[in-house]
Amino acid sequence: MAETLLSLVPKAEARQTMKDFKSDQEVRWCPGCGDYAILAAVQGFMPELGLARENIVFVSGIGCSSRFPYYMNTYGMHSIHGRAPAIATGLATSRRDLSVWVVTGDGDALSIGGNHLIHALRRNVNLKILLFNNRIYGLTKGQYSPTSEVGKITKSTPMGSLDAPFNPVSLAIGAEATFVARTVDSDRKHLTSVLRAAAEHQGTALVEIYQNCNIFNDGAFDALKDKERAKEAVIRLEQGRPIRFGANGEQGVVRDRATGELKVVTVTARNEADLLVHDAGAASPTTAFALSRLADPDTLHHTPIGVFRDVERPVYDTLMADQLDTAVARYGEGDLMSLLAGGDTWTRDE
Amino acid sequence: MSLLTPVDIGDVAEPSPPAPARSVVRRRDRVVIRFAGDSGDGMQLTGDRFTSETASFGNDLSTLPNYPAEIRAPAGTLPGVSSFQVHFADHDILTPGDEPDVLVAMNPAALKANMADLPRGAEIIVDSDEFSARALQKVGYDASPLEDGSLDAYRLHPVPLTTLTVEALKAFDLTRKEAERSKNMFALGLLSWMYHRPTEGTEKFLASKFAKKPEVARANIAAFRAGWNFGETTEEFAASYEVAPAVKAFRPGRYRNISGNLALAYGLIAASRQAELPLYLGSYPITPATDILHELSRHKNFGVRTFQAEDEIAGIGAALGAAFGGSLAVTTTSGPGVALKSETIGLAVSLELPLVVVDIQRGGPSTGLPTKTEQADLLQAMYGRNGEAPVPVVAPRTPADCFDAAVEAARIALTYRTPVMLLSDGYLANGAEPWRIPEQDELPDLRVPFTTAPNHVLEDGSEVFWPYKRDPETLARPWAVPGTPGLEHRIGGIEKQDGTGNISYDPANHEFMVRTRQAKIDGIAVPDLTVDDPGGDAKLLVLGWGSTYGPITAAVRRLRGAGERVAQAHLRHLNPFPKNLGEVLARYDKVVVPEMNLGQLSVLVRARYLVDARSVTQVNGMPFKADALADSLKEAIHG
Repeated sequence: MAETLLSLVPKAEARQTMKDFKSDQEVRWCPGCGDYAILAAVQGFMPELGLARENIVFVSGIGCSSRFPYYMNTYGMHSIHGRAPAIATGLATSRRDLSVWVVTGDGDALSIGGNHLIHALRRNVNLKILLFNNRIYGLTKGQYSPTSEVGKITKSTPMGSLDAPFNPVSLAIGAEATFVARTVDSDRKHLTSVLRAAAEHQGTALVEIYQNCNIFNDGAFDALKDKERAKEAVIRLEQGRPIRFGANGEQGVVRDRATGELKVVTVTARNEADLLVHDAGAASPTTAFALSRLADPDTLHHTPIGVFRDVERPVYDTLMADQLDTAVARYGEGDLMSLLAGGDTWTRDE
Repeated sequence: MSLLTPVDIGDVAEPSPPAPARSVVRRRDRVVIRFAGDSGDGMQLTGDRFTSETASFGNDLSTLPNYPAEIRAPAGTLPGVSSFQVHFADHDILTPGDEPDVLVAMNPAALKANMADLPRGAEIIVDSDEFSARALQKVGYDASPLEDGSLDAYRLHPVPLTTLTVEALKAFDLTRKEAERSKNMFALGLLSWMYHRPTEGTEKFLASKFAKKPEVARANIAAFRAGWNFGETTEEFAASYEVAPAVKAFRPGRYRNISGNLALAYGLIAASRQAELPLYLGSYPITPATDILHELSRHKNFGVRTFQAEDEIAGIGAALGAAFGGSLAVTTTSGPGVALKSETIGLAVSLELPLVVVDIQRGGPSTGLPTKTEQADLLQAMYGRNGEAPVPVVAPRTPADCFDAAVEAARIALTYRTPVMLLSDGYLANGAEPWRIPEQDELPDLRVPFTTAPNHVLEDGSEVFWPYKRDPETLARPWAVPGTPGLEHRIGGIEKQDGTGNISYDPANHEFMVRTRQAKIDGIAVPDLTVDDPGGDAKLLVLGWGSTYGPITAAVRRLRGAGERVAQAHLRHLNPFPKNLGEVLARYDKVVVPEMNLGQLSVLVRARYLVDARSVTQVNGMPFKADALADSLKEAIHG
């Protein structure tokens, strides 16, 4: 199956470079915005896929990140707030020869568009969703978002925000997502590796990208970016490897035998064998969900990055196309005139 | 079970032709029958079957199903009454009829709920078994109307339908309750005898509907035949009636009976074929539009993709995505759903992509009356968006006309790359009438070419693709679908620079783009309005749109029959209006606009043409009655 879905998309005839994916439009994000790094990573990664540029489509909603399609020299649609997954679903399910990407943000995907996101995930439409999470509303000038920490002071919450945030990875896993990953705007190598895995995935892939808004929420992810602090804060998930982190891997993740939950422990000779071995392909989402709960939403300590979940499940677009084929096989290619004249008919002569 | 006719159901006698020796046969030129019962009594099915028999017999006909929004309201109560009215004739007719000649009432609630519509002298057939003290009390009858003389002015036939049905089915392996369920078929058999309806279609239908439960199929057929035979043998009914086929009402061709929603679904499939584009429906279930989703979902072998979305917004979103990809994209809904889709319709206006938005109007505002009809979404269709967002509006006039209206909506959407509102309503959706099936060569060619090459040369001589460089004739922008090499482009809801389509906040450009989008819709080619004014000397014009066509035309005929002079015109295109509408309106001293709203079309024509259009309005969830409408028009003529 791994070959089939991507193989429906025509390949580029000539070798491509990053330049081929830059549109002629001037990029208009604030200087220093994390979006620049993500754009560069995506433009740099696209040639690797080797797909015909005209068969790639970027669809976005509204928000800073949603300007993304204008800067990609592919087909693109900048739509309306929250609706990109719905629009992309119509495109992907009607055109399986396209590689369809959704670019969205924490407000776009998780607030106004929350319903479309979860339903795209459960359907497993062949979409690659890049969720730029900066934990703030940027385009409307700095209100708290559904991923902001509780107590966030903003212009709309001068005494602090009241609502508990979403964890996008937890939400996606709960919504039956078949591929869920998290990465960081400033780690181009990691970002690219996650994009690669997402592109190869059959079905909906959700990639949460922690992205710095240097104007309204600067430093939101410093705990994960500062070299020293990151050693203690970031848990890098690697398929088939025991989950360890810290400057010298002195910390690790084990399952608590009493509760079944995951917990962080100091690795010792005695418990080393108990370390959880990461398996994104596990059929049950339980462990992936437990991993997504390790991070402290306030300090971001123990934040796993990498691919949480990557499993195969029938893809909606394929199933839909199969039903059309089955219908033709069963009833023959539809004939309009016999359809219209179906049922009881009678004739009036001259 | 095979579909052989007659269906073998054992020793139950087959229907025999009515024997003129015993019962008198009378001729009628038209008859209105209303079947009424509990929502669980199967009245819609009974009415549908009677209609199909009537259609295949060759009468002209028109139907009015009327049922509560609750799936099963409490049994035996007034709110639970469901009815189906069918009007059939030996000439062409336009409405389901004002007053029933025959009421079939399956219980006291059905009788009580429908008495107000019944003219004196009408025939009433009731299931007398259901008139127990408790059932009577439930609907507030102190005494049984079957016995207290209150129905003396009618021709009352108390028939123990339940007992007779159970008796007829005693040979079957059914519980009493199961057997009782077939009483609607007994009633159908009786009415079929009374009006000389053909029976084969119903027997075939029952055999196929219950193919997986042969015992139930045989029982229903047996009850149906028993009803027929009861009419034939009892002396309760002194006469049976013939309504000759409506030979002159139909121009030559092949006909079938069709409901508005079915015709609309077929119109969309036909448009997809004629455009050589795959059909994509994004939809969310909502009464009374859902049947279109159901119907289109059955035709996947036509390459039809139906997507039942998570909500109304996703339904239209998916459709718009498919339109970007080159499908004939459609979303179907009713009024509240249109409200939710408004923002996406605005996006489609801005993206200038083809999209058919079907609104099967129902009583509003808010949830309103989900199963009743209204025409109160016209202004929503015209103006219900932020910004200047003009959308063409097309309305069918009869159930069968929904086919042509759907094809026309698709034509406009594809030719002009615009969302189009197709405004049907609950009455058209569920009502049915004979439809002349078009021949292949009568369908329009809807093919539009995708753009496949650069369409603009820059000053430096390089060839580029400009997504907003328009066709000078139609002002439509090019439709270049993803997968077309060299034409990669980005579109969005932000204002675009004329030509290049790049983001532009330039004031003059916005002014130009707003006016250009408006000019594109204003310039859509629509046929001139035709006026029916036989004498050519009428002073009053009746102007209508949508499903009021039937009642208006019937009312106008009555007035003319009474010697009045009146002209009639009916709009298919509400936006843009036909070019000659202003000139037509100016020809008449008086203009009257009957609508099932508080005067929305009259607001539009008053504003546009400065005519003193007079409104005749009704918002009771039901179509106009022709007689009442004729009275209003008469008043207008002489007032």
